[in-house]
Amino acid sequence: MASHATVLRHHFENGEQQKEASSLGMWVFLLTELMFFGGMFMAYLAYRQAYPDSFAAASSKLNVTLGMCNTLVLIGSSLTMALAVRCAAAGSGKKLVVLFLILTLLLGGVFLGIKAKEYHDKWIHHEVPGANFHPEDWPKNVDMSHASLYFGLYFGMTGLHASHMVIGVGLLLFLIIRANQGAYTPEWHTPVEMVGLYWHFVDIVWIFLFPLLYLIDPNFGRQ
Amino acid sequence: MSTQNAHSEHSVHIVPIPVYLGVFFALVIGTLVTWQVSLLDLGRLNAVVALTIAVCKATLVVLFFMHVKYSTKLTKLVVVCGIFWLLLLLTITEADLLTRTWMGVPGR
Repeated sequence: MASHATVLRHHFENGEQQKEASSLGMWVFLLTELMFFGGMFMAYLAYRQAYPDSFAAASSKLNVTLGMCNTLVLIGSSLTMALAVRCAAAGSGKKLVVLFLILTLLLGGVFLGIKAKEYHDKWIHHEVPGANFHPEDWPKNVDMSHASLYFGLYFGMTGLHASHMVIGVGLLLFLIIRANQGAYTPEWHTPVEMVGLYWHFVDIVWIFLFPLLYLIDPNFGRQ
Repeated sequence: MSTQNAHSEHSVHIVPIPVYLGVFFALVIGTLVTWQVSLLDLGRLNAVVALTIAVCKATLVVLFFMHVKYSTKLTKLVVVCGIFWLLLLLTITEADLLTRTWMGVPGR
């Protein structure tokens, strides 16, 4: 078990200042991530304004049930992550911390599994932009090339989000191993807190992606 | 060393578990409401309602799951400034996009 002397770096006055520096630095990183995703959201907004009908038609091709499930799974994983951080801070024992981290990891895995199933469905229905792009039952009056643009944004945005999830899964594996070794104490559990911030940020991105990509007009063409 | 530990323990804010559960249920309800509202035809209001709920959900996550409610003023200031900066960029781009076609271009 790490002693407190090795945990407090010499250039900090005390543990509180060290912790504050870590969370401030993490927030600055997350804000650069916000700008990264923000650019893609702006591209989405610009083209949705330009081609509202094509976007509504293309969006109605997504599976809302799977999208809903994924939203609930991700919210659940945020809860288990928050509980893992809370147990580490409250000193509830390493077993509880490891348990909540494993639950978070499992829910993250379920999310990625459902996402893979959705990508596969798009692939076999020829709804991936490129040479093979020809969606079935397409309304005559909406432009196919604009739908291709929507699916390009869909794969770009959800793909960037999913790659963040994969990195998060890697970070969780590291945390589980270290927590199991008893590395985290109520005095020092900064890695758990920082990965928690990252995980919640990725959750927030999905909170915006879900209504924007899946729910433009789920009833399109079915009235 | 012991005084430093006592100091840092004092500053750690342990959020009660019911608060986390409450936020979780609020997020689930928000998701279900977003889905149900999307099935209604409200015209342009659909997008407004969906984004309003999404902003509320994100605010809950930032304040409680990400502990910003219990953070220092410096962290709060940095978070608010970052979000404000993003909104500024989105607004200025939108202002260009929405007004670009209002006037003809001389010579075209």
